[in-house]
Amino acid sequence: MTLTLPSASPTAAPLQPQGWLRYLSFSTDHKVIGLQYLVCSFIFYLVGGALAGAIRTELLTPISDFLPRETYNEVLTLHGTVMIFLWIVPVVNGAFGNYLIPFYVGARDMAFPRLNAVAFWLIPPAGLLLISSYFIASAAQSGWTAYPPLSLTTPATGQIIWILSVLLLGGSSIFGGINFIATILKLRRPGLKLMQLPMYCWAMLGTSILVVLSTPVLAGTLVLLSFDIIAHTGFFNPALGGNAVVYQHLFWFYSHPAVYIMVLPAFGLVSEILPVHARKPLFGYTTMVYSIMGIVFLGLIVWAHHMFTSGTPPWMRLFFTIATAFIAVPTGIKFFNWLATLWGGKIALNSAMLFSCGFILNFVFGGITGVALAQVPFDIHVHDTYFVVGHFHYIVYGGTVFVIFASIYHWYPKVTGRLMNEPLGRLHVLLTFVGFNLCFAPQHWMGLNGMPRRVAEYDPQFELINQVSSVGALLMAISTLPFLVNVVLSAFRGEPAGDNPWNALTPEWLTTSPPPVENWHGEAPLVHEPYGYGVEPGALSLAATSGREIWAVGDPERKS
Amino acid sequence: MRIPAAILTLLAGMALVLTGLWVGQNINLLPEDASLNAPVYDELFKVLFSIGTILLIGIAGLIVYSLVRFRRVSGDSGDGVAIEGNLPLEILWTAIPAVVVLFVGIYSYDIYDRMGGMAPLNDHSMHAMHSEPADGRTWAGISPVAQVGEGESAPLPIDVTAMQFAFIFHYPEAGITAGELHVPLGQPVALTMKANDVIHAFWVPQFRLKQDVIPGQPTLLSFTATRPGRYPIVCAELCGPYHGGMRSTVVVEEPQTFADWVAQNSPAASPEAPTAVQS
Repeated sequence: MTLTLPSASPTAAPLQPQGWLRYLSFSTDHKVIGLQYLVCSFIFYLVGGALAGAIRTELLTPISDFLPRETYNEVLTLHGTVMIFLWIVPVVNGAFGNYLIPFYVGARDMAFPRLNAVAFWLIPPAGLLLISSYFIASAAQSGWTAYPPLSLTTPATGQIIWILSVLLLGGSSIFGGINFIATILKLRRPGLKLMQLPMYCWAMLGTSILVVLSTPVLAGTLVLLSFDIIAHTGFFNPALGGNAVVYQHLFWFYSHPAVYIMVLPAFGLVSEILPVHARKPLFGYTTMVYSIMGIVFLGLIVWAHHMFTSGTPPWMRLFFTIATAFIAVPTGIKFFNWLATLWGGKIALNSAMLFSCGFILNFVFGGITGVALAQVPFDIHVHDTYFVVGHFHYIVYGGTVFVIFASIYHWYPKVTGRLMNEPLGRLHVLLTFVGFNLCFAPQHWMGLNGMPRRVAEYDPQFELINQVSSVGALLMAISTLPFLVNVVLSAFRGEPAGDNPWNALTPEWLTTSPPPVENWHGEAPLVHEPYGYGVEPGALSLAATSGREIWAVGDPERKS
Repeated sequence: MRIPAAILTLLAGMALVLTGLWVGQNINLLPEDASLNAPVYDELFKVLFSIGTILLIGIAGLIVYSLVRFRRVSGDSGDGVAIEGNLPLEILWTAIPAVVVLFVGIYSYDIYDRMGGMAPLNDHSMHAMHSEPADGRTWAGISPVAQVGEGESAPLPIDVTAMQFAFIFHYPEAGITAGELHVPLGQPVALTMKANDVIHAFWVPQFRLKQDVIPGQPTLLSFTATRPGRYPIVCAELCGPYHGGMRSTVVVEEPQTFADWVAQNSPAASPEAPTAVQS
């Protein structure tokens, strides 16, 4: 066979662009789509971070002196919407879900590859639409919650564009959810049982159930809200006989599960990362699965805890208090299982592990304030204050975003075939952890003492502590720099990683790095024990263990 | 000879619990209390603060200890121990949070009840039935309905109107309309709140009270002030560009001073138009 010149055989040119161009194309390869999600969302993360910077700059002084007041409300609305719908949800679901789920179930692609590409390509236009609203007219000013009647009285163009883009992003999310459910349930490699799947599959199954059940409710609600704005109907407009509180119920019926849509995948990712770097099996696989499903169920029946001051009747407050507080039980199980996974392991203190442990610390803090917030009398005082702002940033940033970074450090060698730089990575961990806690921990105190959220001006007694918080935000912004440098430099100059630098057992590591199109050159491996790490208790090497460890092995009950 | 690990663990646990209790009782993160239900709230806060501190320090300690104690020494490429689970342990750490959460739930229900929160909405005819038992614990608060204990004066009704970007207070009995809320010390006050445009929220941090003011749906809030002074009234629900500036003041006065204020400001005495927000 002789080589043919490319120009001589135009028919041989592939339909899809190759090389880096495929990342800008309508590719149906799940790995390409996963990276498209990741990079695209990260750009939006930078936008959302810049908006957060504007907020923290405004709050340096007690008076409104940095941004016009209307602009400030546009900025806080955009910040919330961008961070939730364009960064966290697409990354933990779209990016890592698309990259990993087909590997984990032993499939060569997602169940509906074209739907998958459509789901991704809804995101850039929706995001640009949302941000462009700031330049076209004025962006929405009613917060990411868009409570009527405020959302009916603020400038309509921005609000309508906001609704359109959230509808597009919700559609993308639903497409993705259907795809994950179908892939996990129907594309499993023959012989692979459900209870043998890596934990991230269970997390994505639970998340996708929440997406498919609750996102349509948000979509319907926003369509009604847009009717109220454009056609002057009166669904939520009290002046026309509507009810403003009904909107809050419908909105939170989606937006509370949305919290779990943002954290459950993070739980799954941590469950993948910890066993590999601690060299131990995931502790309590079965209870982890049941607690995910418990969180899914409870997550659907707690929404009214966002509305304890909205004139809800007492029985409703009582029910939602108890349901909310009980989410702490399955969540607690997961955290204790992670601690038990670490206990007795051989823990590599690398960036992925350190970010994961940072996540555990931050999320435990956010969980404790969350259980407190579930108690009606407690919530009555701090609802809609900086206490709540601090709380949910501990959940979504200290929780999910820390896991996103851990995951990037963990899977970067799989995607590129090169390791990331560890010293730079640890610098990133340190700056992020310190900056994050400096920024958000003091906000709890501000809320308890009288600073409401979403304000551009505040009581001068909070000036110093707001400045401390802003310094923390600045550190967080700076922490992005070593990360970006690391990602770019390591892509070209990183230490070659080989196919499986972590000696991991999950199926994505049982192929080349980067993996070929369709994931494996031969048949997909059948992994019955994704967490089969560890030596049998009797097989401990005496040289590498201490006497106490041998005692602990003899008596496993004493483990914690 | 080494001290057995069980004893060290026990001591660490005791130190942890004592630290948590000390922190909850002695570190005050709250502003001063100025209403009858604020001390009740603070009681709940202290309990939650103690439990939270114990949990946070305990888990943070476990993580830091694990990371140090079980860190991989360089050159060791072996695995840890292959322990995949432990059912009794799992049951234990399911049961403990469940019991704690249940305790916190029941306790906060009790607190809520003492604040008067379980009184039915829009049910003024039930007033008499809400007198508390004779243990002297009568709390008005997040209750929509003012609860009047025996021997107390009837609640002072005040109409609150929230609008972009001010609160207006109207005293129907005296016919006064004001931009500041004046209330007498020790007498229950019943606010009937309505909003003219968008949702606002009436919050007095020193009273530990907040209630949304919702257009088309009047809401009720009652409280009894216990400490003379001037406290901020803060709008806590995003209501537009000047949301941060939508503040007012509640002035808690001795009954005599309050009576003087009423006398001075009654329309019969000074027929001038009501002033706008003064703060």
